[in-house]
Amino acid sequence: MAALVGKNGNPGQCLSGRRLLLADGCEWSIMSALSRITPVLRGSINPGASSAVVKRYNSNKVYGPLADEDRIFTNLYGRHDWRLKGAMNRGDWYKTKEIIIKGVDWILGEIKSSGLRGRGGAGFPTGMKWSFMNKPSDGRPKYLVVNADEGEPGTCKDREIMRHDPHKLVEGCLVAGVAMGARAAYIYIRGEFYNEASNMQVAINEAYKAGFLGKNACDSGYDFDVFMHRGAGAYICGEETALIESLEGKQGKPRLKPPFPADVGVFGCPTTVANVETVAVAPTICRRGGPWFAGLGRTRNSGTKLFNISGHVNNPCTVEEEMSVPLRELIERHAGGVTGGWENLLGVIPGGSSTPIIPRNVCEEAVMDFDGLVACQTSLGTAAVIVMNKQTDVVKAIARLIEFYKHESCGQCTPCREGVGWMFKIMNRFVKGDAQPEEIDALWEVSKQIEGHTICALGDGAAWPVQGLIRHFRPVLEERMATFAATKKAVAN
Amino acid sequence: MVTTTTTTTAPEKIEVFIDDQPVMVEPGTTVLQAAAQAGVEIPRFCYHERLSVAGNCRMCLVEVEKSVKPVAACAMPVMKGWRVKTNSDMTRKAREGVMEFLLINHPLDCPICDQGGECDLQDQSMTFGTDRSRFLDQKRAVEDKNIGPLIKTIMTRCIHCTRCVRFGSEVAGVEDLGTTGRGSDMQIGTYVEKMFTSELSGNVIDLCPVGALTSKPYAFTARPWEIRRTDSVDVMDAVGSNIVVNHRTGEVLRILPKTNEEINEEWLSDKSRFACDGLKRQRLVQPMVKGTDGELQPCQWEDALVVAAKALKAANGSVAAIIGGLADGESLMALKDMVNQLGGEDLCTEEVLADAGTGTDLRSSYLLNTTIAGVEEADLVVFVGTNPRFEAPLFNARVRKAWLYNELDAAMIGPDVNLTYDCEHLGNDSAVIGQLLDGTHPFCQRLSAAKRPMIVVGSTVYSQPDLLAQLMQLAQKVRSGCEEGGEWRVLNILQRQASQVAALDLGYTPGVAAIRENPPKVLFLLGADEGTISRDDLPKDTLVIYQGHHGDVGANMADVVLPGAAYTEKPGTYVNMEGRAQQAVQALTPPGQARHDWKIIRALSEIVDVQLPYDNLKELRTRMEQVAPNLTRYGHVEEANYFAQATTLAKLVSDKGTGSVIDVPQKQLADFYMTNAITRASPTMAKCIVAVKKEAANKFVDPK
Repeated sequence: MAALVGKNGNPGQCLSGRRLLLADGCEWSIMSALSRITPVLRGSINPGASSAVVKRYNSNKVYGPLADEDRIFTNLYGRHDWRLKGAMNRGDWYKTKEIIIKGVDWILGEIKSSGLRGRGGAGFPTGMKWSFMNKPSDGRPKYLVVNADEGEPGTCKDREIMRHDPHKLVEGCLVAGVAMGARAAYIYIRGEFYNEASNMQVAINEAYKAGFLGKNACDSGYDFDVFMHRGAGAYICGEETALIESLEGKQGKPRLKPPFPADVGVFGCPTTVANVETVAVAPTICRRGGPWFAGLGRTRNSGTKLFNISGHVNNPCTVEEEMSVPLRELIERHAGGVTGGWENLLGVIPGGSSTPIIPRNVCEEAVMDFDGLVACQTSLGTAAVIVMNKQTDVVKAIARLIEFYKHESCGQCTPCREGVGWMFKIMNRFVKGDAQPEEIDALWEVSKQIEGHTICALGDGAAWPVQGLIRHFRPVLEERMATFAATKKAVAN
Repeated sequence: MVTTTTTTTAPEKIEVFIDDQPVMVEPGTTVLQAAAQAGVEIPRFCYHERLSVAGNCRMCLVEVEKSVKPVAACAMPVMKGWRVKTNSDMTRKAREGVMEFLLINHPLDCPICDQGGECDLQDQSMTFGTDRSRFLDQKRAVEDKNIGPLIKTIMTRCIHCTRCVRFGSEVAGVEDLGTTGRGSDMQIGTYVEKMFTSELSGNVIDLCPVGALTSKPYAFTARPWEIRRTDSVDVMDAVGSNIVVNHRTGEVLRILPKTNEEINEEWLSDKSRFACDGLKRQRLVQPMVKGTDGELQPCQWEDALVVAAKALKAANGSVAAIIGGLADGESLMALKDMVNQLGGEDLCTEEVLADAGTGTDLRSSYLLNTTIAGVEEADLVVFVGTNPRFEAPLFNARVRKAWLYNELDAAMIGPDVNLTYDCEHLGNDSAVIGQLLDGTHPFCQRLSAAKRPMIVVGSTVYSQPDLLAQLMQLAQKVRSGCEEGGEWRVLNILQRQASQVAALDLGYTPGVAAIRENPPKVLFLLGADEGTISRDDLPKDTLVIYQGHHGDVGANMADVVLPGAAYTEKPGTYVNMEGRAQQAVQALTPPGQARHDWKIIRALSEIVDVQLPYDNLKELRTRMEQVAPNLTRYGHVEEANYFAQATTLAKLVSDKGTGSVIDVPQKQLADFYMTNAITRASPTMAKCIVAVKKEAANKFVDPK
């Protein structure tokens, strides 16, 4: 057997535990295949949801909704036991030993064939990233660092994993750690996540007690430790090199690259920093096989993804959905639609606060995956969909985001330190309209002077919302300036 | 056709193109260095070649072909075949963008800024800045910090390059400076108000690319374009740092370091930099003779010389001389010749040095044989009875550099002082040296395992011949196990006085014991101000002639005072602790009636009828060359030899010194600032001592 679970890589779903996992049944595979291609079937499963079918690239394939048997995070809403017993019932820690014994190349092969891309925002191919660690050892230990410093406004996917399915992450640490030959994993968790850190620590303790971690982890002969480290509330510490600095006890300021963490990372040792979601899906991919994962979503955008839908929707939620699901369908099916109806939609920030906003007409065509959103001049980011309806003052909303970036800029490099503060000052005046229309172009240039000129991506993340605003809402800005000028004139007269 | 292939062990060079100009560089070279090789200077603020790379100013962004984003030239290593465009649209736009950002919050107060005229930001804004601003909002203002009496801070001007922070933590080894706050609230500072307590603190003034850190004593004194500059040599310690004397209208305004890779790199100690205001105070500006009332009375040169000459003649050979730490080689030569011709033999230096069998016949027993730059090759250094941090700050900075980057280990016999790096304290009992020699001390293993060890012997051991002799034997023993088969020099003597090596080279005797035993009728003090001999040591009828530039201890006990020139006012030869002769250049004329020292002695000799056979500097230097040829080989280190012979002689020493506890005179930073007549006259040095002592009471500071 190539995969642990079946030749066709289409194993039973894990909802009902390990018994089904072993079922090498063609029935399940047919069912899941059917559910992906037959809109009628979908409709009957999810009555009341939109029946919009998006066809793209001359393909008849439709993406979403995700079938229950393809879900990885089966306790996303905390309805079941999050502790070891419940996790094992849901299929975690199942045959982890065998996965480890299969070895580095096999795990990397599965991850590569799954087409998994980093879930932290940048979307770097995970298999390739992990394989950077497999250079011949020079005696330094290697480390896996899990980035659980989920600070991007709008994003709340990692915390759901950590509080409701912590064993997914703990097991993921072990599998990913083995894949990169790491001696230990450090989970750098956001300081505000008190309960999540607590649950994680309980899960780690349980795993140690059960012999899944520590010396001879899972009886595989591999020694692996997992440590928790709580942050102190800085957004920038979610940047991988700043996170490493912070983990080392220094100020959280991004490092210059090169050297990349895979060469010189935490404590000067080769390190890979990976997002919680990326690590947490690894064991399931290994159990169900890379091709299963690759079968979901479009090519190069494969898999399932946790989407956070917030803002002006009837039912804000976090949901695991297939990649490449259309944005409109995502909002309407899972979040109960935009408050006041789709026509009342003003715009959507599709991937967390640093991605550019897109207006309604773009939203209608947008597909929620890496390539689909790049085509809309925005980005998938962390897949945190922030929905704004027409009651939003979009200028004020973006100004608030810039205030956040100004506050969170580490101050190390010039363009971000000086530029973001400047943008905030300009945006503050734009909110009132107290500016000249030429300043819109100046603001655009300032954002371009920041973008791509900084040490880390925070500068880019601060520049993009402004660019999105100017790109799609310039008339709003101009109108407000005209109103302000007219009022001022009237008062003066 | 014959093809020849050359094989080299060096890593293969890679070819890169800077503005289409091919350059071959070593792998790992940064874009900025590669561009420098091609003769293209890339603008920068945070990058400094002697500090770690921060890459935060982003001024050095350049376009690299096929790269979407511009790269930071200071940090990015070049790859084979890269085409760097230092003048493309993308590069220029990036620089202009960064310059605009730097200027939006920078106060445009250049007219009242001390950095004006030598400001990197000012210079570069001429190229990349614009003449109008798009910034319509309020500028940031930052509270100034008080970090001591030497450095003035105007923090609103700071561009956060962090050079000063990196200097503090890397070179000075004092982590007083750091950054607090984030984003636009980031500030450079000390977190709680405290002094930047380093003996090298002044260097941050040179490092600061803008006017945020400027010199407090020099504030609002002069503009760079009004200043005349003279390259010279420092005499505050025996390191021989190269300096640039900045002066205007006959006054030293400030002293800056001059780069010399083998000595001070481009740093300067605070004493060398800031004590120059002592050159204007307490000066001896006219000859004086003690009147009948016992008070020194100003007089003409003729009168003073005649009084001195009469006494010298009448002494009938009972003449002795003591020289101080600031004397130049020329006056040393002239004085020695004159005193010898008068029949005097006791020519002493104030600074002592134990006679470990060889006297001063073998130079190896009084030089820093490894050389200052040689420290960077060493792997173990043992300090005995010295605190290099305050006796030779720049030598200590080298040791720290080697400790930081080359895995040099340090150990110390003497008091447990803070050297700014980890130093194993072997105790302050002199018995440790004996244990090291006979192999019973646990540290012996480390010493014999070391491939390139150094033993640095300081002044405390100078008075203990048996200890010095033991150390010489120890050094020779260790040396036989060294990597280079005895080529490596283990024994090093750390001198403290700028004049000492030249004096010993010319045949002076270290220490004044001879004079104390055999008091002369006339005692000639050449800048001897440390009070090694007092009036009480001399018979009542001894006439004391003091020649020097400051009214200090020596002039106080003199019967005749001959005003000489300070080191900035005369051409002079100084030999530093490694045995490197260097020329100090005259920047100013001596004040009042003060004259060049060798000329005074030459004039006196004529009146005493022992006319010295040289009438100008060239002839005098020819005479110096006859006595000690190395004294005129400027810039060159004259190496010492005969280590084995010195050791053989050292074995004969049985002379016991006094005391078994090894101590050093300068333990705290407060002990550092005043060590000679110039520094004692300097108000800035006095302020430093007050500030450091006050700092000791600062409850927010860790006692070090």
